[in-house]
Amino acid sequence: MTSTKKDPVLVVLQLSGGNDFLNTIVPYSNPLYYDNRPNIRIPEDQVMPINDKVGWNPNMAPFKKLFDDGKVAIIQGVGYPNPNLSHFRSMDIWHTCEPEKLADEGWVGRAIRDLDPNKSNVLTGVNFGRGLPRAMAAPGVPVASVGNLETYGVLTSIEVEQERTQALDIFSRMYSPAMGRGPVLEYLSQTGMDALAGADILATAPEKYSSSVEYGPSSMSQYMRNIAQVHMADLGTRFLYTTAPYNSFDTHATQMSAHANLCTNVAQTVSDFYDDLKQNNASDNVVLLVFTEFGRRVHDNGSGTDHGSGGAAFVIGDHVKGGFYGEYPSLESDKLLDGNLHWNNDFRGLYATLLEDWMGLDSKPLVNGSFEKMDFIAKA
Amino acid sequence: MAGNDIALMAHLMRRAGFGSSYEELEKRVAKGYEATVEELLHPEVQPDLEMDVMNRYMHGWRDMNGLMANQGYWTYRMVNSPRQLEEKMALFWHGIFCVGDSKCMRARQILLELNNFRAHGMGPFDKLLMYLSSDPAMLYYLDNQLSHKEAVNENWGRELLELFSMGVGMDGQPNYTEDDVQACAQAFTGWTIANAIPRYPYGSYENRFLYNRLDHIDEDKTFLGETGNFNGEDVVRIIAKQPATARFIARHLSNYFVSDEPQVPAWQHVAPLHPELIKELEDEYFRSGYELKAMLRVLFNSDAFKNSSFAKVKNPSEMVCGTLRVVGDFTEPKPRFYDPALEIKYMGQDLLNPPTVEGWHTGKEWIDSGTLVERVNFAAGEMGRVESPGIQAIIKRLSSEGTTISAEQLVDGCLEVLGCYQLSEDNHSLLLSHAQPAASLNTNSQEFALTVGQMLQLIVSTQEYQFN
Repeated sequence: MTSTKKDPVLVVLQLSGGNDFLNTIVPYSNPLYYDNRPNIRIPEDQVMPINDKVGWNPNMAPFKKLFDDGKVAIIQGVGYPNPNLSHFRSMDIWHTCEPEKLADEGWVGRAIRDLDPNKSNVLTGVNFGRGLPRAMAAPGVPVASVGNLETYGVLTSIEVEQERTQALDIFSRMYSPAMGRGPVLEYLSQTGMDALAGADILATAPEKYSSSVEYGPSSMSQYMRNIAQVHMADLGTRFLYTTAPYNSFDTHATQMSAHANLCTNVAQTVSDFYDDLKQNNASDNVVLLVFTEFGRRVHDNGSGTDHGSGGAAFVIGDHVKGGFYGEYPSLESDKLLDGNLHWNNDFRGLYATLLEDWMGLDSKPLVNGSFEKMDFIAKA
Repeated sequence: MAGNDIALMAHLMRRAGFGSSYEELEKRVAKGYEATVEELLHPEVQPDLEMDVMNRYMHGWRDMNGLMANQGYWTYRMVNSPRQLEEKMALFWHGIFCVGDSKCMRARQILLELNNFRAHGMGPFDKLLMYLSSDPAMLYYLDNQLSHKEAVNENWGRELLELFSMGVGMDGQPNYTEDDVQACAQAFTGWTIANAIPRYPYGSYENRFLYNRLDHIDEDKTFLGETGNFNGEDVVRIIAKQPATARFIARHLSNYFVSDEPQVPAWQHVAPLHPELIKELEDEYFRSGYELKAMLRVLFNSDAFKNSSFAKVKNPSEMVCGTLRVVGDFTEPKPRFYDPALEIKYMGQDLLNPPTVEGWHTGKEWIDSGTLVERVNFAAGEMGRVESPGIQAIIKRLSSEGTTISAEQLVDGCLEVLGCYQLSEDNHSLLLSHAQPAASLNTNSQEFALTVGQMLQLIVSTQEYQFN
């Protein structure tokens, strides 16, 4: 485990829809790339080279700078056996670490249970967005799911402030523990109190926060700002999770403009987030994982690209050893898997590295087995 | 007010449907309890939901290809269908015979399955199982198109026994062996789906069931003690006559309509909550020739059912649709029409996309700190819309009690019109003391509507409103 003074924190940014790896880290000197991408291609002269083989998408300059500073691990060709091309199923697999069968417990939910088995902090895990991603779901694990941090809370649908205050007061008295109500009602009451406590504590985060960093207007940017706010409020939160709008990376059509905007947004958001933590002296105990459920088809479809496999993930932070991990999947036609990039390292090894070498947990029960770890966390 | 009769009718309509307005409850009480049960059991005597206007505005409903369109469509049906038990049974079977969009990616195909549940969900169980066994969505979801004579895939064969008909065991004993699973899977070799017609350029087509006799294991098998050259139909016939099947269906009905049982995997070792009712339902299953309708008649007329009010945690569809039926304005196209379906999802029930073939965990497992916030905020938000027709009707009813009403009349009147909810003494007195500062309430005043709205908001925020 890394010996940081403060407890390590993991932030997850999920790029929903399947980000096109080939146009993110572009193999610009490989003629097969241009053969396969007659339309959906980044011209060589626009690529920002990393080495003589690959370079950044031109819209990702802020990300490149973080990489140049040695803060970014690029996890190449990440996937799992028998890639599934359904968004939902593939995302489920990333969430539950079960490629073979359907499961309903998430890896982050399990990790929260490991970290805080007695539920002493209802905010050990916080999700930003409506509805809980399966990654954070595990029976009995309290997780707050915040649609809007500024207005998050119980009974927010009561608009008049004075009425809401009264209603909240009654709510807290109604849900106060009382004997003899039966197990289900007692459980419900406790859950109500947990929710109220979580909301009350979270409400303090925006007040404590000040920063000169101005995030963009997209929901992803705003949620990453919320994550920075909660992290800096020192609420003991160890897992923070958010998702770019549902399936926004699913670029079957008009990919050139859509993907350029997405890359711009992700790169600027991640860079703003990192600057924000840095400025406020809060980056030392944070690692950020950016992942997507799969990459896209090697050959384009004229206007976009279809579902593929063998995507890329990024790990960013002060304690991350920047560089490339895994291999860039081959574009040779006989090395492809049904026309898709062949994965060469298992995402569960990526999780295992984060859980063990960063969070200090035993990863085997969390990711359902032993997987080869990567060496991207700097030992103190 | 009619007291007990209304309370019992409210209970019936919450369980056999998604709740009813007070006006409807009064009409139904006048008809009588047993007559209402019969009406629910015979959806065909009610007109089907009129869809012309909706289909015209909701263009996603024309081909039903998208998950969202289907979720929105179903939510609309649950709220508005006059055939309430038909929708409730579709949800019942969907929670058992799980098929998920995450794997099938053909929402339209799941819709067709639901239509089967609507049409046959109260009919003979063996017939329903035959529809299920030849349902393309189900065959695909459980990989039976990958099951071949030379390489049998047991997924469908196993789940048919474990999750769809018999369950792993009862009274501490297993219901079948691994050999039975293999025989079952072998009997269903060749039950597959026809090659899909490509989606482009003409749009999506339905998948079709195909029986490929050349890929069927055409030899003797021993299944649950019987030997013969069995095919899928034989397996269904043998399953249907097992006492374990009667028990499994009876217990599922009791779990869904009467009171929350432990999660299904525990059923082999944990006895049912209502053993007498289960026995009656089992007997009726055999007496009626496996008919669900007959079992439901016994269930709804049983004391165990009538005495079970508020013993179940509302599932998210019940929470959302039940609340919308009170508010009464989710009846025609309007902006943000799919929001209620999203709310159901935020509360943990992604319709047409259950997490696994095991389905959703129910009862108190619906509730966690995230979903409870969603439930309370949603219901309170809806009750605050005092201009909506349903809330206006409640205000009018309370006003009819006199030009002034007492705090008690306000609290108890609101509880009653919502469907005779009962609060713990503590919660009841909290609401009373909130209403008390005004010695009496002027029902003609402008503030009265807001006062009622606030009281309704507080009531739907209680623990008690989380129960059905």
